[in-house]
Amino acid sequence: MSEAALIGLFVATVQFGTLVFLAALGELISERAGVLNLGVEGMMAMGAVSGFMVGLETGSPWAAFFAAAAVGALVGGFHALVSVVLGADQVVSGLALTIGGLGLAAYVGRNVVGERPETQFTDLGIAGLADIRWFGEIFFDQPPVVYLTVGLGLAVWFVLARTRLGLALRAVGESAPTTDAVGHSVMALRSGAVMAGGAFAGAAGAFLSLYMAPGWTEGMVAGRGWIAVALVIFGAWRPGRLALGALLFGFTLALQPRLQSFDIELLGVEVSRISPALLGILPFVLTVVVLVIISWRYRHRPSPAPAALGLPYRREER
Amino acid sequence: MAKKLLLKSLVVLAVLTLVAAGCGNDDGDDEVVAAFVYVGPPGDAGWTWAHDQGRQFAEEQTGATTLFVESVPEVAEDFRAVVVDFIENEGADIIFATSFGYMDPMEELAGEYPDVVFEHASGYKMNDTNFGNYFGRMYQPRYLSGMAAGAITEANRIGYVAAFPIPEVLRGINAFTLGAQRVNPDVEVHVTWTFTWFDPAVEGDSAAALIEAGADVIAMHQDSTAPGLAAEAAGARWVSYNSDMSEFAPDAFITAPVWNWGPYYARIIEAVASDSYTPGAYWGGMDDGIVALAPLAADVPADVAAEIDEVAAQLTDGSWDVFTGEIRDQDGNAVVAEGETMEDGAMLGMGFFVEGVVGSATG
Repeated sequence: MSEAALIGLFVATVQFGTLVFLAALGELISERAGVLNLGVEGMMAMGAVSGFMVGLETGSPWAAFFAAAAVGALVGGFHALVSVVLGADQVVSGLALTIGGLGLAAYVGRNVVGERPETQFTDLGIAGLADIRWFGEIFFDQPPVVYLTVGLGLAVWFVLARTRLGLALRAVGESAPTTDAVGHSVMALRSGAVMAGGAFAGAAGAFLSLYMAPGWTEGMVAGRGWIAVALVIFGAWRPGRLALGALLFGFTLALQPRLQSFDIELLGVEVSRISPALLGILPFVLTVVVLVIISWRYRHRPSPAPAALGLPYRREER
Repeated sequence: MAKKLLLKSLVVLAVLTLVAAGCGNDDGDDEVVAAFVYVGPPGDAGWTWAHDQGRQFAEEQTGATTLFVESVPEVAEDFRAVVVDFIENEGADIIFATSFGYMDPMEELAGEYPDVVFEHASGYKMNDTNFGNYFGRMYQPRYLSGMAAGAITEANRIGYVAAFPIPEVLRGINAFTLGAQRVNPDVEVHVTWTFTWFDPAVEGDSAAALIEAGADVIAMHQDSTAPGLAAEAAGARWVSYNSDMSEFAPDAFITAPVWNWGPYYARIIEAVASDSYTPGAYWGGMDDGIVALAPLAADVPADVAAEIDEVAAQLTDGSWDVFTGEIRDQDGNAVVAEGETMEDGAMLGMGFFVEGVVGSATG
C-alpha cells in the first residue's frame, strides 16, 4: 500500500463522511424536535438535481448549492405540512416524500441526464497548510463544502445545547403539550426544524452532484439518504457522536474500492479478499449493533431518543 | 425497497399515460409498430442511450412507428404490464426488451402472444416461432481499445472499474488486457469491483482509488461518466464504454468500445414487415457493425493506430478472433491452446482472468 493510496483513503473518508454528515445533521434537527423524516433520500435527490440544473444555468457552484438547500427546505415543507400541521403519520408521509422526491427529481431532471457539468466545487488548497505532509491533503485541501459542514455541525450543536431556541426545540421533541403550555408554537418549531432538515439534505444532494460525482442521473443518491437516517440513531441524537459516526461510515464507504487494491494481512486473513459487496452493508450492521447497545445500556433509564419522536400533536387531543 | 416502489409508481404512471394516449388505436394496419422496453432513462449517455439511438435510427430507416417506456424494473409483473399495454392498446408487432432480467416473463409472453415478435437483448432463451435474442461481441472493440490504452500508459498499470463479476464483464476485461499486452507486454490491468451498475459516486471514487494506487489509465464496465471525470481531474487517461464520451473528459479520453444497435433493429423490423422473420440467437461482431471502436485520441502513436486498423480488419473479415491461443489464466494455466480459438459457448460462460489481470475473478 503506497503513501498516496493511504492518503487517498482518508481524503475520501472525509468526503463521504461530509456527504452523510450534512444530510444526517438535518435529520437530527428534525428528530430532536420530535419529527421523524424518512424522506431524506428524496430530499437529497431533489437537491442534487436542482443544484446541478442551477449550476448549468448560472455557472456558480455556490448559487447552485444554496438553491439546492432552498429546494430541500421546500420539499421538507411538504412533510411539515402533512405530518406536523395536518398531523398525519410521519412514517407514511416520510416514505411518500422519498418515493415522490425520487420520482419528481427524475422528472425535473429528464432533460439534463448525462449532461456535461458547467461548474463544480474545487479543492481549496489552503495556503501554507495544504503542503503539510499527510495532514495537508486530508484536512486542508478539501472542497469548501467540507469546511462549511464542519461549521454547521458546530452551529447546530451550539444552538441545540446553548440557546433558548435549542431548548424549545428539544422540549418540543420531548413533550409537545408541555411546550405548548409554556406558550411556544409547536407547529412553528416543528415545521421550522423539518424545513431546516430539508435544507441540509438538499445541500448534501448538491455536494453529490456538484463535487462527488458532477452531473445528474436518476438513482445517483444510491441509498445515502438512508445511511443518514441510520446515522442519527448511530449518533444517539447528538451532533458530536454523529460526526464520529459519519467519519466511520465514510471510512467504510471509502474502503470499499480501495481494500481490493491493498495487500493487507491481519491475523493470517487476507483482508483485501473481503468482498466489497459485504463491506457495503457494514454501515447498516454497525447501526443495528449500536441500537442493541443503546437499548441495553438504557434499559433502566429513558432512551436517548427524543420521547415524542414520531408522535403527531393536536391540541384538542391533549 | 423505496427505489422499487418508486419505479413501480413510475411504471404505473407511464402505463396510464400510454393508455390515455393509445385509446382508439388498434392493430390490423400494415405499418409495423415496434415497442422498446428500457431498463434506464435514455439520457444516461450509456446503455439505454445507445439502444435509444438504435431505435431512432431504425425508425428513420424503416418508417415504422416506434414506442418506448423507460426505467422499467426487472420485475416480472412490471415488465408484463408494460408489454401487455404495448400489445393490447398500441398494436405493437415487435417488442424489444433491452435488459437481461426481462428474460423469463418475456418467454411467457411470447407463448401468450404468438402473433407478436419478441426480441431480447443479452439473454439466451428463444423459441422456433416468435422469440429470439441478440447481443454483440463487445469483446472485439474492447480488445482494440486495450491496444490503444496499452500504448498510452507510461506506468504500465491500467485501472479497470467494473460492475459485477459475470461472464460478460470478465470477457471484456480479458479482451482489453490481451489487447493491451499485444502492444505492451509489461502492462498490468488492476480491477476494482463496484457491485453496482449505477452509482456515480462509487464509480468515480473507485477510479480515483486506482489512480492513487499507481494507474495512469482508467477503463470501465460501468454506465456513468464518473470514472472519466475522476481521471480527468487527476490528470490520468480514460477509455469509456457504451458511447463516445469524449466531450465529458476531452483531455483524458483515449477511445471507447461502443454499441451500434440501429442496423439490427432496422433489419428485424424489415423482416417482420415482409413476414420473413425467423427467431435466432444473434451474437454479431465488428463484421456487422453492431459493435465498433470510437475515434482514437490524437496522441495514440501512428504505428499502433495502424495496427488497430489491421486487427479491426481481421476481426471484421473473420480471419482472426480475440480469444485465440495460447492464452493463460491468472495462475499460468493454459486455457486456450496454441493456435486454437475459444468457442462461443466457452466465451459466454467465461469465469477466469487472463494472465496480467490483477484482482479476483469472483469479486
